[in-house]
Amino acid sequence: MTPPTRRDDGSSRRVLMLLVLAAVAVMAVDASGDDSPVDVARSTVGDVIGPVQSGFAAVAGPIDSIAQRFTDAGELRADLEALEAENARLRTELQTAGIVRARGEARDVMALRAQQSGFELVGAEVVAFGPAQSFSRTVTIDAGTVDGVQADMTVLSADGLVGRVVRADRSTATVLLVVDSASVVGGRLDRDLELGLARGDGELSDDARLHLTTLDPTTTPEVGDSVLSWGSNGGIPYVAGVPIGWVESVQTNPRDQTATAVVVPYVDFSALDLVSVVVGAAASSDAAQATGAKDGH
Amino acid sequence: MPALRTAVTVVLVVLAVSLQVGLLSYVSVGGVVPDLVLLVVVGVALVHGPRHAAVLGLLAGLVLDLAPPADHTAGRWALSLVIVGYLSGMVRGEARTGAVAAVAAVAASVFVGASVFGLSGLVVGDPGVSVPRVLEVLPMQVLLDVAVAVVVLPVVFKLSRARQPADRWARA
Repeated sequence: MTPPTRRDDGSSRRVLMLLVLAAVAVMAVDASGDDSPVDVARSTVGDVIGPVQSGFAAVAGPIDSIAQRFTDAGELRADLEALEAENARLRTELQTAGIVRARGEARDVMALRAQQSGFELVGAEVVAFGPAQSFSRTVTIDAGTVDGVQADMTVLSADGLVGRVVRADRSTATVLLVVDSASVVGGRLDRDLELGLARGDGELSDDARLHLTTLDPTTTPEVGDSVLSWGSNGGIPYVAGVPIGWVESVQTNPRDQTATAVVVPYVDFSALDLVSVVVGAAASSDAAQATGAKDGH
Repeated sequence: MPALRTAVTVVLVVLAVSLQVGLLSYVSVGGVVPDLVLLVVVGVALVHGPRHAAVLGLLAGLVLDLAPPADHTAGRWALSLVIVGYLSGMVRGEARTGAVAAVAAVAASVFVGASVFGLSGLVVGDPGVSVPRVLEVLPMQVLLDVAVAVVVLPVVFKLSRARQPADRWARA
């Protein structure tokens, strides 16, 4: 460890300049277009890191419920009474048995929904969450191209719409949640079938909301209205009829007479676990089978 | 022994990235995850100096940029960690004078790193990035990282120095 000399300082500064330029060059290449060479590197790293995340998720699964308890401490205080009642009931059961049953119920709901709608679903688990300091709401799921998952497919859970696949690697995929600020979902109000666009607010805490503006400015959503997905052409990236959330409040803009509805998503994005990816439309008899395809977990 | 030094550093970075994107998302506080990779870069900078740490910062940052579920413009963490590696390497003399100085150096590094990452997002126009949101996350990030650094940095120091027999002789 020799103290830095003046000569060292000069060449270090040159190295710094080179490295900064390299980083900026990567940013410029990646920001330039959709088909950048960075995507190749991204999927290579994804193929390596994805299975690592799946492995950690398998280890951390049981610890996860404890960690969740810390994360949601504020919220839990309000729910204390309800939890205590539930706790008394759960105490008689093994904790693992409870998880298995809850997951079974979630699977049942998803299978039922698949049967009703005729979607072909692939089941997956959320294995990693994007950190708050990255300012985007994304998760990794443990289903990839080998399971038939491709970019721009709809992801849903037993509660409702989760998001869409932005990139699929071999055994994992990255999902952009509907609450991300880059996410826009076409929504339909179930009361009067009016259409609107629901944008995520990118809120990093648990109280993320969607903001729905109706296409027809003369209609005003009402508090309590349910919002379903409107559906894109060919179901890509969003299939139709998946519940998104309910209208919590409506703000009217007196100047141009438009209304924005604040929508509470049905899905609890901080406690995502089992999800399904819509990989295609199928005959209803195949749909239930497809949901159970990844039962090995 | 540059080859061995490089090998150990690469292992450190791969381990840090895997832990950060794999395991640490389960121990987040308010969604904020400890920046393990940043701390490894700081640790290496305090042992080996700015040049080594800046190169490491570029490579580690690129891996972090590309690892799922990251969806931001690649290169932002790389730029941030190059600067963090260089700056913390420059103050390594001062940072070694005591525990308080070391904590201050780590806190400053996290502050600079998170700011560069956030501001670069503003410049390239990544969605979701705004100054209020950066300020919302930053205090928790600094606190969490300093707390984790107390555990992580001694490990990094030990691994970085263990492969330098000459250095150990010098200290004996």
